[in-house]
Amino acid sequence: MAFLAARRRHPAARVLLLLIALFVMGALSTLLAPSQQSSADTGTSQQVTEGKALFTVQCSSCHGLNGEGQTTAVIQGPPLAGVGAASVEFQVGTGRMPMSQQGVAQAPVHPVRFSPEEIAALAAYVATLGPGPAIPSPEEYDTSGVSEEDIARGGELFRTNCSACHNFEGAGGALPGGKYAPSLLQTSNLHIYEAMVTGPQQMPVFNDDVLRPEDKKAIIAYLNDLHSRPNQGGLNLGGLGPVSEGLWAWIIGIGGLIIFAIWIAAKGVKAK
Amino acid sequence: MSELERSASAGDGHATGTGTEVDLHPEPQYPVNDPGHPEHLPRLTDVDEKAADRATRQVATMFGIVPVLAIGFAVTYFAVPETAYIDFGFLHVGLQHTLLGVTAGLALLLIGIGAVQWARQLMDDHEMVDYRHSAASDRDDREYVVTELQKGTEESKITRRKVLGRSLAGALVAMGIPLVVSFADLGPWPTKRRRAATIETTIWAEGVRLVNDITYVPIKASDLEIGQLVNGQPENLKDLEGTELLQAKAKSSIIVVRMNPNTIQIPASRQDWQVGGILCYSKICTHVGCPISLWEQQTHHLLCPCHQSTFDLGNSGLVVFGPAARALPQLPITVDNEGYLVARSGFTVPVGPSYFERDSRNDFKEGDN
Repeated sequence: MAFLAARRRHPAARVLLLLIALFVMGALSTLLAPSQQSSADTGTSQQVTEGKALFTVQCSSCHGLNGEGQTTAVIQGPPLAGVGAASVEFQVGTGRMPMSQQGVAQAPVHPVRFSPEEIAALAAYVATLGPGPAIPSPEEYDTSGVSEEDIARGGELFRTNCSACHNFEGAGGALPGGKYAPSLLQTSNLHIYEAMVTGPQQMPVFNDDVLRPEDKKAIIAYLNDLHSRPNQGGLNLGGLGPVSEGLWAWIIGIGGLIIFAIWIAAKGVKAK
Repeated sequence: MSELERSASAGDGHATGTGTEVDLHPEPQYPVNDPGHPEHLPRLTDVDEKAADRATRQVATMFGIVPVLAIGFAVTYFAVPETAYIDFGFLHVGLQHTLLGVTAGLALLLIGIGAVQWARQLMDDHEMVDYRHSAASDRDDREYVVTELQKGTEESKITRRKVLGRSLAGALVAMGIPLVVSFADLGPWPTKRRRAATIETTIWAEGVRLVNDITYVPIKASDLEIGQLVNGQPENLKDLEGTELLQAKAKSSIIVVRMNPNTIQIPASRQDWQVGGILCYSKICTHVGCPISLWEQQTHHLLCPCHQSTFDLGNSGLVVFGPAARALPQLPITVDNEGYLVARSGFTVPVGPSYFERDSRNDFKEGDN
């Protein structure tokens, strides 16, 4: 220590101390701050700016320049303050927005028009308009570790809360006036989670305070399990219940019997 | 006088007046003559031995494939694991059951087609006529039965010793009593008091917390957003088990929704039944009692999937479409001192479907306040 104490007034000491302090602070900040920033949920100012630019071009004709929304005879754009980043990720990420046509019963699914970065920027910008549900983190909807018990509970929750509209298999169903509950067969875990949190279109909200995150995860795990299981009963005809089964029985089943009956009773070829 | 009567009386006059003979039973006249039976023509297989051989080979081939399929079934049963499955396009089916079905089904179909082809092409081809006749037995048989009956009555001495017949009749009538008494097992008589204690009441009572169905997580008023739907139950349902649980659940199921209070109609008498736009209704349709939770958050309409009855939850649960005759019963709710939703009382009207004795005078109607 004597070596250091003797040189504490050396002209280089200050500079060195400053460098050491900076190094320590830098090391601490790298250790303590989150090492990886997920691109979507932390809205950096750069992202927000990009998002606002995109929004102005792509969304503002219906939702207003500042997302305030507008309701005229031709254009129905709901206000976006408070819908949250999750809502934007769901609507744009499934291709429901931007809507190409007004006046339809509900926004249909289209091919997605934006890159993941653009969607993240849009979500970050809309999230600044008012507090709303954030995009869930991957561990919230990753169902790899869910136990069989929780999958069974997810099934109970699904049948209680979801099957009224989305059908007992998640195959979707009709609502009044041309509206419909979409099929969940191809829907990603993230989008199922976001739909529950945000309640898009006619769907009610199932927020995390009431339907807890572990309940949501159980529901998603149940759906994945249900849809990955091979059908031991043969063709399930879309899992739509009596409609497709009735069509099959009446047209293919009874139609086949009629053809056989006609063949049995037909006169056939005669020699003369 | 109608055309028919006029021609009939004219015909009569003609017959009596001039004395010419009238044919009372003329041959019936049809617009098209009866062509009779078509000429019987032999089949190709009747005249051409080669065609007959060909048909024989067809039938024998179909029957011959059946044992192969039967063995295929047996092999599938033992050799194909239950876990194997076909994943091809929209097909995502278990391999074993598919193969079992295909082999057994095809085998039966081939036996059937082979038998029909055999009958059509090779079995004897003569035509037969089988006339209809009366369904009654002939007179001799009927007379024989009557005399036998009379002889039996004589021999039983029932006409001379009348007490035998009467006591037997009494015995048979008395056996009706156990039959009638056992009808009591169809259930207790639904008296007014019994109805009030069973189908007209639920386990909802003042201060019972509203909880989520399945998870029993209590519902905090501040946690509900506008547009939120909760499928709920009373907290005291947790204490029940078995039949009691199911019977209670069938009546006490509720849905809790939150709507913007400025966009819905809340009548004056129900202002204190809700908490800031959070309303609670019975989940059981008033038509035939299906559970309903198909709620559109933008229109506030609740649609029953069974018969499309639609209730407006933004207007006291009134029926806006469909066969339901009564508004959906609303549960008066408030918050307890911890901020959780609790019932202010039980339902004010019986929940669930209609039944004969149900008094619908207390149900909410259009225009009530």
